[in-house]
Amino acid sequence: MSLLEVRGLTVIYPVAVGLSAFFSHRFLVAVDRVSFSLPERGTLALVGESGCGKSSTGLAVLGLLEHVRGEVLFRGKDVLKMKGRELREFRRRAQIVFQDPYESLNPKMKVKAIVEEPLAIHRHRGGPDRVGEALELAGLSPPEYFLEKYPHELSGGERQRVAIAAALILKPELLILDEPVSNLDVSIKAGIMNLFRDLQDELGLSYLFITHDLADAFFLSDEVAVMYLGITVEKGKTEVVLSCPLHPYTEALLSVAPGSGKEKLILAGDVPDPLNPPPGCRFHPRCPRAQTECAAELPPEIEVGPSHWTRCLLLAQGKRHDET
Amino acid sequence: MGGIGKYIVQRVLLTIPMLFILLTAVFLMLRLMPGDPVLAMLGGRNVSPELIEQRRKEWGLDKPLGTQYANYFWRILHGDFGRSSRTGKPVIKELFTRLPATLELAIWGIFFASLFGISTGIWAAVRADRATDHAIRIFHIGSFAIPIFWLGLILQMIFAVQLDWLPVAKRVSGIYAYTFSPITRFYLLDAIILRDGKLLLDVIRHLILPAVTLGIALTGFLGRMTRAAMLEVLDTDYITTARSKGLKERVVVLKHALRNALIPIVTVLGLQFAILMGGAVLTETVFSWPGVAGFLVRSLDARDWNAIQGTIVFIGIFITTVNLFVDILYSIIDPRVRY
Repeated sequence: MSLLEVRGLTVIYPVAVGLSAFFSHRFLVAVDRVSFSLPERGTLALVGESGCGKSSTGLAVLGLLEHVRGEVLFRGKDVLKMKGRELREFRRRAQIVFQDPYESLNPKMKVKAIVEEPLAIHRHRGGPDRVGEALELAGLSPPEYFLEKYPHELSGGERQRVAIAAALILKPELLILDEPVSNLDVSIKAGIMNLFRDLQDELGLSYLFITHDLADAFFLSDEVAVMYLGITVEKGKTEVVLSCPLHPYTEALLSVAPGSGKEKLILAGDVPDPLNPPPGCRFHPRCPRAQTECAAELPPEIEVGPSHWTRCLLLAQGKRHDET
Repeated sequence: MGGIGKYIVQRVLLTIPMLFILLTAVFLMLRLMPGDPVLAMLGGRNVSPELIEQRRKEWGLDKPLGTQYANYFWRILHGDFGRSSRTGKPVIKELFTRLPATLELAIWGIFFASLFGISTGIWAAVRADRATDHAIRIFHIGSFAIPIFWLGLILQMIFAVQLDWLPVAKRVSGIYAYTFSPITRFYLLDAIILRDGKLLLDVIRHLILPAVTLGIALTGFLGRMTRAAMLEVLDTDYITTARSKGLKERVVVLKHALRNALIPIVTVLGLQFAILMGGAVLTETVFSWPGVAGFLVRSLDARDWNAIQGTIVFIGIFITTVNLFVDILYSIIDPRVRY
C-alpha cells in the first residue's frame, strides 16, 4: 500500500476584490482534480512553473488549506477528515520544509527553541538530547555551536539545515519539500540534496518533492508529476518521463533545461490568468501542436505506457507523428 | 555590548541640534505671533505708556531681537525658563506640578489605545477580507477621523450628563480639593499610597472618560498598523510551519505572529507619542484636566511668552526622550537589530 494516496484533489482560493467581498467572491481553482500516489520510502516530484499549483498541492496534503475537495489518504485515512488526536498524530508524522530559509524560521526564536518546539507540542520528552540529535542528523555539528544562535546569525544553508532538523525531530514518515533548495547557492544546494538522499536511506522517509528544476527532480525522485495551471499533464517514472516526454508541455520544459542538448522549444505567450483558465486543454493556447478539438474539452488522463500517464488529445487519438 | 552604549551616546548627541532648531523656531514664532505680551498682561486698555515701557525693560523686550535670543538661550541652558507673566510663578515649577496629570492621562490613553487597537487589529488580520475585517477597518478609520474634542464632548454628554455614570471633568471630585494633599501628583498612585479606597474609585471614575477619548484617537492608527504587521507575519512560512507542526491556532497567532508583528507596532507607538501630546492638549481642554497641555492653551490665550516657550521646549525634550527610549527598546525586542 502506498503511504500517500491523493485522489481528485482540488484547491480553491476565494478571491476578494475590495468591498465587493461583502457580496460576492470569485474563485481561483489553483489545483484541479489532481491524483497521484506516493509509495513508502519513495519520492514523488511535483514539477511545474511558479503558479501551477504545486505548492498549494503540498499545503493541501498537509491539511493546511481551506476550500479543499477530494481525498488525501495517508496510510488509508483521509487527512481532510481528520480531527483532534488523529490530526495531531498526523501532524507529527508529516512535516514540511520550505523554500526560503530566511522566511521559514521565526526570527525571534533561537535555534534550540525552534527545533525543540515540536517536541513540546506533541509532549515528547528528552529535549536537549533530541535537539542535538536532530541537528546532527541535519548535518549541523557540533550541535552546541548552533543551539544558542538566532536564525539571522546563520548562513542560508545552515538555516535550511535548522528547518530540516525541526522537521526531523518528531521522526516523521512523510516530508513535503517545497522547493527546498531553490534559494540556495549551487555548492550548498548539492550538500542539501545529498542530505535528503542520505536521510531517506537512514530514516526510511518518503518525500513529496516540489520543484521547478528538472535536474533536481531527476536527482532525487523515483516518480514525477508535471503540473500546468492546476492540472497534472504527465505522470510516470522519473527516468521515463524525463527521457522520453510525451506531453508537449513536458517536452518544452525539458528542451529549455540547461544541457539538454535539444532544440529549444520556446512557448508563445504567457501562462494564462488562472482566474480565467482556457477551455478544453489548459495548454492548448500555447501548444505548438494544438488542433481545433483541443479547445473543446479537457483531455482525460490516459495510460500511454507502464504507469505512465498523460493528458493529451493527440495521444488519445494516436496522432503523435514523431513516435518511433 | 559596547555597540549599544555607543549608539545611545550618538542618539543623545543627535538630539542637541534637534532641540536647537526647536528652541529657535519657538522663539521666532512667538515674536511673529500677533498680540503684545505686555498689553495682554496689563489688560490692554487705559494703561499708561510709562508702565508699558517699564514692563518692557523688566522683561528685556526693549533690547534688539538678537540680544533677546541670546539671553533666552542662555537662560534655558541653565534650566531657567523664566516666570509666567500670568501666574507669576517660575514656569519650570508650573510644569512640574502639572506633568504628573498629563502623564497619568497619557499612560492610560496609550493603555486604552493598545487595548482597543492591538486587539481589533489582530482580530481583523485573522479574519482578513471577511465581514468582521471590514467592520473593524471602518471602525479604525472612523476613530482616526473623529475630532478628539468632539468625541470628548459627545462622551461627556452621554456618560456624564445623560446617564450620569461618570463625572464630567477634573481629576477628582470637589470635596477632595480641600482634604486631599497629593504626594506624587499621580493621583492613582497617591490614592493607593494613602490606602483611600473611596479616593481611588473617585480618581478612576474621573480618568475613564478622558483616557478613553485620548485612547480612541490613537486606536485607528494603531489598529491599522497592527493589522498590516500581523498580515505580513501571518503570511510567512514560519507561521505555516508552526501550524503544520500541530500548534494551536491561538498559540500560532499570539506567540509566533504577534511577537514578530509587535516590532513595527512598538516603533509606531513611540512616534505616536508626539501625536498623543497634541491629543492631550485637546483632551485636557475638554475635560478641564489640570495638565501641561491645558497650561499651554491658557498661556497662549494670555500671550504668556515665557510659559509658552517653556512648555513647548519641555514637551519637545520629553518627546525626544521617549523616542530615544523606544529606539533602545527596539534593539531589545528585535534580536536582529545591532548597532
